[in-house]
Amino acid sequence: MKPAPFEYADPHTVEEAVTLLAAHGDDAKVLAGGQSLVPMLALRLARPSIVVDVNRVAGLDSITPSGTGVAVGALVRQRTLERWAADRLPLLTAALRHVGHAPIRTRGTVAGSVAHADPASELPALLLCLDGVVVAQSRRSTRTIAAAEFFQGPLMTALAPDELVTETRWKLPAAHAGWGFREMARRHGDFALVGVAVVLTLARGAVADARIALFGAAATPVRAGAAEQALRGQPPSESALAEAARLATTGLETVSDLHAPAAYRASVARTLTARALADAAARAKDAP
Amino acid sequence: MGAKYFGAAVRRREDPRFLRGEGRFVDDVALPGLLHAAFLRSPHAHARLVSIDAARARRLPGVAAVFSHADLARWMKPLPVFGATPPGLAAAVRFDVRHAPQWALCKDVARHVGEAVAMVVADSRARAEDAAEAIDVAWEPLPAVADMVSAGEAGAPLLHPEWATNVAVGFTHGIGDAERALAAADVVLEETFRIQRYVGMPLETRGVVAQWDRRDGTLTTWNSTQVSHFVQQGLVTALELPPHKIRVIAPDLGGGFGTKASGYPEDVLVPLAARALNRPVKWIEDRREHMMAAAHARHQTHTIRLGAHRDGTIVGLADRIWLDLGAYNVWGIVLPYNTVAHLIGPYRIRDMKVEVKGVVTNKTPNAPYRGAGRPETVFAMDRAVDCLARRLGMDPADIRRKNYIRADELPWEFGMPYRDGNPLVYDSGDFPAALESALGAADYDGFRREQASLRARGVWRGIGMSGYVEGTAIGPFEGAHLKLDLTGRVQVATGAVNSGQGHETAFAQVAADVLGVPLDWVTVTGGDTATVPFGVGTFASRSGVTAGNSIADAARIVRAKLVAAAATLLEAAPADVEIEDGKAFVRGAPGSAVELGKVVQASIPTFARPGVATPDFEASAYHHVPTVTYASAVHVAQVEVDPGTGYVRLLKYVVAHDCGKVINPTIVEGQVHGGVAQGVGGALFEEMAYDGEGQLLTGTLMDYLVPSATDLPPIDTVHLEYPSPRNPLGMKGLGEGGAISPPAAIANAIDDALAPLGVRITETPATPPRVLHAIETARP
Repeated sequence: MKPAPFEYADPHTVEEAVTLLAAHGDDAKVLAGGQSLVPMLALRLARPSIVVDVNRVAGLDSITPSGTGVAVGALVRQRTLERWAADRLPLLTAALRHVGHAPIRTRGTVAGSVAHADPASELPALLLCLDGVVVAQSRRSTRTIAAAEFFQGPLMTALAPDELVTETRWKLPAAHAGWGFREMARRHGDFALVGVAVVLTLARGAVADARIALFGAAATPVRAGAAEQALRGQPPSESALAEAARLATTGLETVSDLHAPAAYRASVARTLTARALADAAARAKDAP
Repeated sequence: MGAKYFGAAVRRREDPRFLRGEGRFVDDVALPGLLHAAFLRSPHAHARLVSIDAARARRLPGVAAVFSHADLARWMKPLPVFGATPPGLAAAVRFDVRHAPQWALCKDVARHVGEAVAMVVADSRARAEDAAEAIDVAWEPLPAVADMVSAGEAGAPLLHPEWATNVAVGFTHGIGDAERALAAADVVLEETFRIQRYVGMPLETRGVVAQWDRRDGTLTTWNSTQVSHFVQQGLVTALELPPHKIRVIAPDLGGGFGTKASGYPEDVLVPLAARALNRPVKWIEDRREHMMAAAHARHQTHTIRLGAHRDGTIVGLADRIWLDLGAYNVWGIVLPYNTVAHLIGPYRIRDMKVEVKGVVTNKTPNAPYRGAGRPETVFAMDRAVDCLARRLGMDPADIRRKNYIRADELPWEFGMPYRDGNPLVYDSGDFPAALESALGAADYDGFRREQASLRARGVWRGIGMSGYVEGTAIGPFEGAHLKLDLTGRVQVATGAVNSGQGHETAFAQVAADVLGVPLDWVTVTGGDTATVPFGVGTFASRSGVTAGNSIADAARIVRAKLVAAAATLLEAAPADVEIEDGKAFVRGAPGSAVELGKVVQASIPTFARPGVATPDFEASAYHHVPTVTYASAVHVAQVEVDPGTGYVRLLKYVVAHDCGKVINPTIVEGQVHGGVAQGVGGALFEEMAYDGEGQLLTGTLMDYLVPSATDLPPIDTVHLEYPSPRNPLGMKGLGEGGAISPPAAIANAIDDALAPLGVRITETPATPPRVLHAIETARP
């Protein structure tokens, strides 16, 4: 279990990094925290001709709040964000605690998990739930890609081969919003069989805004648009939440694998969505 | 002997080096000029090897050699097989046993994914792997056999066509008249239970380092094995050298569990490469290789019939058993007969019959793993008993109270042999006492009272139990050697290999007590063939009894020599000499005390005098252990099931067990905890999965899920000590026990939690999808 031979480069600036990506395109792989790439190299499932190690690139390791959002540099470790978010965005902290184990989160980066786009991982779904964007830079351009467009399939994203993720941007829900996070994994820290993140905002006793993102269920993380729509304007009653959970999983194309058949994922997605919505409703306060 | 250390919770003396990261594992062996081996392995479950061309690989940088079967044909002999049927057993049971040669490197047909095809030796492991990829092999795929039940039926593709069947071990056996007993029963429960393929999965994979010294024609090999003397014997055959020219050293092991007690291709191939190249060679198995090439285990199907009177008295038992042995029959009758010999367990059953088929399939060969047939057979039996209790409307505890063999019925004779050919007779224990102890520690009655009210609030909790009686410490002996140095300090060597059990502590406790020296005077080494000429190794819960008694025997001999020498030195009668705390003295005259070092030194000849005795303060012992001792336990599991997801959370686990006299309760508890952890793995998490074409689906530890500390509940251990009359130290084996009952106890607890729904768990692991499916399809 040793990687096939590859070249190694450790650029110190974004400019150097994207120049390397422009030169090597599909043959290059970006190394950040290495929690997904290194095992894939060792198993020879990934065989890049060059590994571009961005860990020494300056200026990518800060968390910058801005108004109602936060910009997270590409080298910010998951553990750092988990701590930063504890009293600012507890949904994110709750979700991050399911990402592997503390040593893994201490190495793994937020942007790396997003760019790896494993459909069963938490951060892509969170970015989708929080209407986040990915900032992608290349020698050609710097562009932002909405999470809803970013995730295209299992381990497939809208990134071009010459683009480097330099930042992810997250919108903070209103302080009075409620949140829910539920995940079913075989063991703590495993990829989810299925999971769901929810944010509910109430106004005058009714749902003003609902965001529901499922992961592990389908080929990409998915927003439950119909359920969100149906909840708006409704009081968060048990029956309304149950109906939303039903809508959230209706038509969902769940996947089968060694660990769970598609029917299990569909059934549990609905159960967990109902529970996460109930959690969120219980945490939500009315708009001030 | 004074029991100063025996029975005491002495801290494990080996732990500081492990805790500091200073363990000496096989991968820590560093030698000048070391080369590295990697293997090309079969990607096919079943395929004919048409041609193999290593020309491209040999030209790659750093490659020293590539070996295929043809390249090593002169040295290729079938790998050793284990588990020959002992005469006493052969006389009682008519076994139909078939073996086929298993070659270290594929000769003409590969029969499982991961079978070694070629060995590359290069100046780094990475380059060896690069070269392995560059070997061109032409394969002709053959139809694969993946299902154990259909494998044994006519028309199935054959793994070893010369057998004309895939049944490697077939037999029927019985005691009493099971059919008559079942016909007379008020109720007969019939159910099929499936136990998955799951494995030992030691944290440290296997590994071999070999160094050939052509100056004197000796081989030294470090091997992460539980059985260094077996490895030595294999090399004697393979290399055609006498045993004293082959030194096998088992260094620190990061777990063994039986996985490292088999004979493997690499044991021979790495030494062959070292000799051929006259360079030391290292091979460390990577996890992917471990998954596909290290022994697999478990994997049985039982169709069991259990008959009872309406009052719950069990009267008869019949079981059809299939075992999936993988591609080769490496272990003969061991797993099939172990399964049979442990089916009845603590139950008072006089009428039993079994029909057994051990079949070969296109999977990695199986070997005994911690429990070796017992977890499977106990799962079938204890699940059937719970299903029977449900049918009869009895509490699972009550049906066991009624049917467990009582202490006053021991010794209990089965009327059939144990696997070693000697009569199967339970020597000591108290199974009902274990049941009550375990239930008490789990607060069974309190749990039952709370259960109904929790259920009303939507909390689904259950409690389940399972008991076993286990033949432990199989003989026939273990080798031990003990000697004193010039200062009276003690070196103990044994063929038993420490793979985490705390031998360096427990065996020192035994030796220190017998000799009368401080514990820290004793150094214990295991698994080095240069220190003990004959040995067996550590497996089958055997080393405490076998090595422990050999070490005690050797220490008694040396103590007698010390007493005789000290008597001369002190000018006293030997009968008046005592040894305590490292000093010899005349009884009643503590002022006469001399350090044992002085006794040794006074025995060594000088120019002035011949010495008070011959200074051979050493002895070997090979304590004969003709048959096993019977350890027993009852396990109780408390679970909570989420009916919305099928997730099973373990709340608490209790083990009340008897392993005879306990040397060190801390070590015993550690053994129980480790066993339970692996049993929990079997109950809820672990499965080595194949598809219908024999392709291995679990290639990494992301797919094969071993429970970690956070997945385990608090474990309470209750020690019940019923000394065995079968050895001087009164001990029984312990290592495997913890792993035997968890699948049955946990599955019983899940059934219990979901009893109002009528859920019946018939298969492990009880994964969330399986449990949810059982809930959705249950009929109350």
